[in-house]
Order: sequence, then C-alpha cells, then structure tokens
Amino acid sequence: MAENLTVTTPSDLEIKMVRVFDAPRALVFAAHSSCEHVKHWWGRGNPLDCEMDFRPGGGYRFVEHAPDGEWAFRGEYREIEEPERIVQTFEFEGMPGQICVETLELTEESGKTTVTSVTRFDTKEQRDGMIASGMSEGAGQSYDALASYLAKLN
Amino acid sequence: MRKAAVVDRLSEVFSALADPTRRAILARLAEGEATVNQIAEPFPISLQAISKHLKVLERAGLITRGRDAQWRPCRLDAAPLREVAVWVTEYRRFWEERYDELGEYLKRIQKEN
Repeated sequence: MAENLTVTTPSDLEIKMVRVFDAPRALVFAAHSSCEHVKHWWGRGNPLDCEMDFRPGGGYRFVEHAPDGEWAFRGEYREIEEPERIVQTFEFEGMPGQICVETLELTEESGKTTVTSVTRFDTKEQRDGMIASGMSEGAGQSYDALASYLAKLN
Repeated sequence: MRKAAVVDRLSEVFSALADPTRRAILARLAEGEATVNQIAEPFPISLQAISKHLKVLERAGLITRGRDAQWRPCRLDAAPLREVAVWVTEYRRFWEERYDELGEYLKRIQKEN
C-alpha cells in the first residue's frame, strides 16, 4: 500500500522528500520523538533497537533487524521545536563518516500533516551517491544511460 | 561484517557513477569494448582527462582493461552494477516502507484513542 512520497532536489546539495499523513501534527511529531513510538514504524515492520535522547545536543541510534541483516543509523539532535521542526544529523553506519543533516518540517492543514524532510550533504558527490542509492529515482540527475544498460542485463 | 564491506565497495562504485562523463563512458562501453581513443572521440576533453576517468572506473571495478599493451581495450564489468541495482532498489524501499509504516501506525493509534 504505497502512499505518495515525492522526492526532489532543490539544490546541488539537497534532497527533499514530502509525504502527507492523515493525522494531526502533534501526533506525527510525537511519533518522531520517543522510542516507544519510533519502534512501531522506523524499522519498516522489522524489530528495531532504539536509543534516544530527544533534546538539542542529545543523540539517537536505531538498529533495524531486517531479514537480510542489520542496518544501523545514528545521529544527533541539533534543533527541536515542538510540534513543527526537528533538525538532526543522520549517518548510516555502513557508510561511516558520510554524515548529512536532516531538517524535518511539519505543517498541518484540515487535520492532515505534511512532513517535509530536507537532507543536506557536504558535497555534491555525496548527494548524487545517495540519489543513486535510491533515495529518489533520477531526481534532477540522469542515470538513464545506466538504467537502460541495467535493463539490458536483466 | 560482510554487509559493511559490500557497502564500502558500493560507495566507491557510487562515487565513480556520480560523474556524468564517467556515466557516458559506461554507456558507450555497454555497446561493446573500445580503445581509449575510441572512447575519447565524442568528448570535448583531453585524452589525459579521459584516462583519469578510466582509472576511477577501473578502481571501482566497473571496467577491465585488455592485456594488449598497445591498445588495452576497455570492457564494461557488469558485476558491480548489478550489485548497485540491487542496492538501489533496497535503499529506495527503505523510506517508502518506513513512511507507509508510519501512516499505518498513526491510523492505528488514532483509532485506539
């Protein structure tokens, strides 16, 4: 049941994802702010280890136990403005040192909440690598040549 | 941990793919092997610059060079690309699945309240 997730590249160093949820903003914000909530969704249905100190300067670490292995992520909370804004760093432990900064903005309209997440990378190469790695399909960057080649392979 | 090693090699493949000239070179080699001169022909950059790009692609395991000392024709190696394709699909699914899961969870807790 894939609901709509739009992905765009507003600048050379950013990826923007937008998703609308059928829930009030306070609740969507709460769903991001404690392990008790996060455990129910961040692991994509897989068991999740969660450590979280939800305050500016605090950090988090999530380990998802997927059938194909463990996926660990960590970061630090830089800004928290309940219920509308979270700025945090994000690092996939499989690619250590590639730390990006995520800004989440929550807006509410007629009982629905739009979550806009902008991920900012240090370099364009890093961003493009992340795009290539599937955060978006060809958003603002053409991987057409590669895609058509891969199609030939399969 | 095997997973970490795979990802590390993948990041090398990704940074090799992050450049449009290198992607174009791979697209050219997808049609068949070619010498450095043949590869360089359509590009408005020096042979030296092309050689640098080829070195990056070779290090990432995306191309192999023939033994013929004079020509050393370049050939595409599909294995890392297949790995990338699998990874791409996996990674994109991450955020979609995560947000779908959040949507479902929000529905559930609103019903409960």
